[in-house]
Amino acid sequence: MAKITLDNLAHSYLANPKGPEDYALQQLDHDWADGEAYALLGASGCGKSTLLNIISGLLRPSQGRILFDGVDVTDAPTAARNIAQVFQFPVVYDTMTVRENLAFPLRNRGADPAYIAERVASIAAMIGMEATLDRKARGLTADAKQKISLGRGMVREDVNALLFDEPLTVIDPQMKWELRTQLKSLHHDFGHTMIYVTHDQTEALTFADKVVVMHEGRVVQIGTPEALFETPAHTFVGYFIGSPGMNLLPAEIEGTTARVPGGTVQLGAAYPGLQGKVEIGVRPEYARLLPDDGSGAGLPARIRRVEDVGRHKIVRAEIDGPSGPLPVNVVAPEGAGVGLDQTRLHFDPARINVYADDWRVEGAAA
Amino acid sequence: MNDKTVNQKAWLLVLPVLALVAFSAVIPLMTVVNYSVQDTFGNNQFFPAGLEWFEELLASDRMWNALGRQVAFSAIILAIEVPLGVFIALNMPKRGAWASVCLVLMSLPLLIPWNVVGTIWQIFGRVDIGLLGATLAELGIDYNYTQDFYAAWATVIVMDVWHWTSLVALLGYAGLQSIPDAYYQAAKIDQASRWAVFRYIELPKMSGVLMIAILLRFMDSFMIYTEPFVVTGGGPGNDTTFLSIDLVKMALGQFDLGPAAAFSLMYFLVILLVSWVFYTVMTTMDAREGRK
Repeated sequence: MAKITLDNLAHSYLANPKGPEDYALQQLDHDWADGEAYALLGASGCGKSTLLNIISGLLRPSQGRILFDGVDVTDAPTAARNIAQVFQFPVVYDTMTVRENLAFPLRNRGADPAYIAERVASIAAMIGMEATLDRKARGLTADAKQKISLGRGMVREDVNALLFDEPLTVIDPQMKWELRTQLKSLHHDFGHTMIYVTHDQTEALTFADKVVVMHEGRVVQIGTPEALFETPAHTFVGYFIGSPGMNLLPAEIEGTTARVPGGTVQLGAAYPGLQGKVEIGVRPEYARLLPDDGSGAGLPARIRRVEDVGRHKIVRAEIDGPSGPLPVNVVAPEGAGVGLDQTRLHFDPARINVYADDWRVEGAAA
Repeated sequence: MNDKTVNQKAWLLVLPVLALVAFSAVIPLMTVVNYSVQDTFGNNQFFPAGLEWFEELLASDRMWNALGRQVAFSAIILAIEVPLGVFIALNMPKRGAWASVCLVLMSLPLLIPWNVVGTIWQIFGRVDIGLLGATLAELGIDYNYTQDFYAAWATVIVMDVWHWTSLVALLGYAGLQSIPDAYYQAAKIDQASRWAVFRYIELPKMSGVLMIAILLRFMDSFMIYTEPFVVTGGGPGNDTTFLSIDLVKMALGQFDLGPAAAFSLMYFLVILLVSWVFYTVMTTMDAREGRK
């Protein structure tokens, strides 16, 4: 277990990168605290796996250093870093039995046979494969193989960090929950530093203490699931997290009032000195559609479609913008009625975030 | 279980294949069978000889010696070509321009016709003008494949290795290319040694294609004719007279059609039997591994 420090790190797959667009991973400074569980979340191709491979030593960064507990390991080979990694697709040694597979990393380090037997037994119990320990790995299903990969990753107790590269992609949805819960309890019990790469927000939010959101090779926000939800630091976070994502409307802000297409919106704070492209962002959970009460409050809106997803309904509405209608999503809580007479769109002022050039701006007290 | 409709007319659909196989394989083979149970004094007059030819063949040292040489030859070239081919495959570059260069260089020997290979080595090994033969003679090594048993065998074996190791290497290379990078990365993380990577990742992934390579090389080497015939003509004496060479001597040299036909049938059955045993062992091993 170790604190992992990324110092001025950046990576390009090109030999001579010319501009920022040539970098798969933009410059990054970050400490991964010892014993925390992180999720690395982002769309495909945003640099998540690049970052993970740099940490595990499979890739050498083109710039910057990486330190484990203050020791520079930038040039240390994977084997010397003592980390465990689980890959997206199951990697098992086909000709070995499940038991031999689980014991392999320990055996390669020359561990004591009694200790190996004990570790293998406890890992097998955890992944629920005690009954199949003596079978060859070759004939097993993809889930079972991936469970072996997970088990092999966790069999060493002294690893500096456990890295997961979208490990549950091939697992059945039912089993995903179970394994994720087990990973979480494992983290709770042993306190390994864990980094879990995923493009699935549910996975990230349920697994991690802190979620690192990446976009186009850049880390756009590091925060608790709650912070990502309430105060997304970048419009990408707002859009990527939540289902549906955050509503964004172009706005001009004066004092605590935002002028948006179709009317004005009251804000919870003032935003002096804004520059660039200004937008307001409101989570669908904090938007409501109400009937017109004649007072002129709210924005005029039309309901296009309603999606009933069980506990709540997602209302797809639109308001008139300067160049055509702008889509707005509203989550109607359980029991709330939806009707065509609801033509005014209201936002909760305290929950509105303001963005200048896609980055969130902190409000000043009004 | 039997819930399918029975319709005897379906046999008609099999007929064309039956006719095709009959004309392409069964009938020509039957003429050989026909010769093997008859004798003639010429003049196109035949009379039945029963199993006489077979009995004579089984009792003859000549056939057993040829078979012994043949088995030894196949065993030796397999023992060299398979490990060597795997070793080459492991050391070929995986990607980039050099990978293509290596592939082309490796395939070159495979493209050369058999008797050209024979001719190349026949000249290459000559003591008077051949580069290899003359060089060895200069160095004072007694090498003459037309007179010496060991020299003849060494030439024939090295020639086969030169000609066919590429096949094993290319098949093994194809097997290696199908291994995803994640396996090598996982092995690094598990701190597996180079030997363990070979033993537990590369070899299992190559085993399928290697089985095919071994089967192909066995069958081909067991039927080898042209190359040793061009180089040594089966000599010195009968030292490199393998089954095919012996068979041709018998059928065309001596025009002993009856014994030659019996020889052909037994030769054919041996190849069929070994291939069948090989295939069965291979598939049951696969099935057992999968189940266990």
